[in-house]
Amino acid sequence: MNSVLQNLLDVFREPSVIVGLIALLGLLLQRKSLSDTVKGTTKAFVGFLVLAAGAGVVSDALTPFGEMFQHAFGVQGVVPNNEAIVGKVLTNYGSQAALIFFFGMVVNVLLARFTRFKFIYMSGHVALYLAAMIAVILIANGFSSWQAVLWGALAQGLITTLSPALVQPWMRKATKNDNVALGHTGNFGIATSGLVGKLFGNPEKSTEDLKIPKGLGFLRDTTVVIASSMGVIYLLVTLVAGSGYVEDKLSNGQWYLLWAVMQAGKFAAGVFIILAGVRVVLAEIIPAFKGISEKLVPNARPALDVPIVFTFAPNAVLIGFLSSFVGGLIGMGILVAVGGTIIIPGIVAHFMTGAASGVLGNATGGRRGAVLGAMVNGLMITFLPLLVLPFLGDVGLQNSTFSDADFGVAGLLLGSAVHISHVAVIGLIVCALAAVFAGSALITRRQAAKEPITTAEPERRPTA
Amino acid sequence: MKFLAMCSTGLGSSFMVRMNIETIVGELGLSAVTVEHSDISSAGPDSADVFFVAKDLEDAAQGLGDVVVLNSIIDMDELREAVKAAAARHGLL
Repeated sequence: MNSVLQNLLDVFREPSVIVGLIALLGLLLQRKSLSDTVKGTTKAFVGFLVLAAGAGVVSDALTPFGEMFQHAFGVQGVVPNNEAIVGKVLTNYGSQAALIFFFGMVVNVLLARFTRFKFIYMSGHVALYLAAMIAVILIANGFSSWQAVLWGALAQGLITTLSPALVQPWMRKATKNDNVALGHTGNFGIATSGLVGKLFGNPEKSTEDLKIPKGLGFLRDTTVVIASSMGVIYLLVTLVAGSGYVEDKLSNGQWYLLWAVMQAGKFAAGVFIILAGVRVVLAEIIPAFKGISEKLVPNARPALDVPIVFTFAPNAVLIGFLSSFVGGLIGMGILVAVGGTIIIPGIVAHFMTGAASGVLGNATGGRRGAVLGAMVNGLMITFLPLLVLPFLGDVGLQNSTFSDADFGVAGLLLGSAVHISHVAVIGLIVCALAAVFAGSALITRRQAAKEPITTAEPERRPTA
Repeated sequence: MKFLAMCSTGLGSSFMVRMNIETIVGELGLSAVTVEHSDISSAGPDSADVFFVAKDLEDAAQGLGDVVVLNSIIDMDELREAVKAAAARHGLL
């Protein structure tokens, strides 16, 4: 191996550099000034390193938690939290994940351009997490890096294009227009909630007619929510594990209850750092993606993060979160009864996806729809992560995992295929691509049969 | 002059609002305005001159100073009026 090639390979093994290069490409495509280009590239590069540093902090807090949980209950305890697990994954599979994320955006734009599924997935953060999961599943099960990037990017593009399409019928109901879509990895659970609402609810009795006391505003502060919820979980497990074990084995003699609070705080601090890193990285990459997709797919619907639906039904947000959380607790109870790995409800996931499930469940089925729909989502994000754990290799042995329903569905499909053979994965992706184009053609034909005159595009599309 | 869009994690919806504000700021030719986005827990009264939040975060944003509450964060027209009003308040228009 000559040294130049070796050096080049070294460069490409550094995910921070890959991320910097992706940002550079985006900034050049936007024809930014030299100073903006240098600034943006540097920030993306450093931002990724910030993210990696946060991963270390989370890891330090999670490792003793895992040991303690094992000691207290004799099984593995897993807290689903996207940021926590992604930090860990990106330090090992960062380069491949960054490339899957990048080429996944390309596939998303191409699919939106050439099929009827005109959704542009603007939620870069969850797209990055999805790419991380795909990278793990493929590489941990024997795919080489370049194969993982190729097939992973196709899978990523398919998921990010189809996932918003799944929710769109209910989005139309909730937002009363068809201009924006929902882009979040909770979409499968949220769409299920809309369906449950439609089947079992009554849209006449809206959550918004209820008088609900305010005062859960603290739920909107992610740091507070993570620190306090993890504080409760750590304290409970520490109490069961006992002061003797904790002070002897884990806390170096520090008072065990204080140690529990400190670990929960460190976990929240790590997530805070990871979020800051992700924010900086995406701030340099997403505007380019937005600009290019608007040029290439002018009539696309932007698929945006879940809070866009929160203002449509504020009561449903709260009811949805609580119902989803109850679903998570019921799910955990079942797992305790059955034995084996326990999925502890991840409060951020239940808030984000539960709230959106509540809003869409309310739109299709009123109060009952919001409660039942969100509860089903809560059950889904308990059992789906459990089913995906075996496909994640060493990552599945961590005490955190990917939290939302799309991770579960996509992970199950890809993971099951990869356990059969590599050809099965390729077959799955090729079949899915074919199905998208066939489905698209079918929709076109059906619409042509319905209305021989093509209607003009709606006048106003809000840009996102 | 700094405008700051906020949401609970500072990743998705605040970023979207930020990019929309940037578009509007460009339309209006307000070269003096920089736009950023963040999570609501990181923001303090000194973080920016004008803060933009969705209606569901109204309570959490209290005490920051000049807070603009958006009824719908996907409504470009509402946002345009809000940005214009904020710029006028701060003597930019």
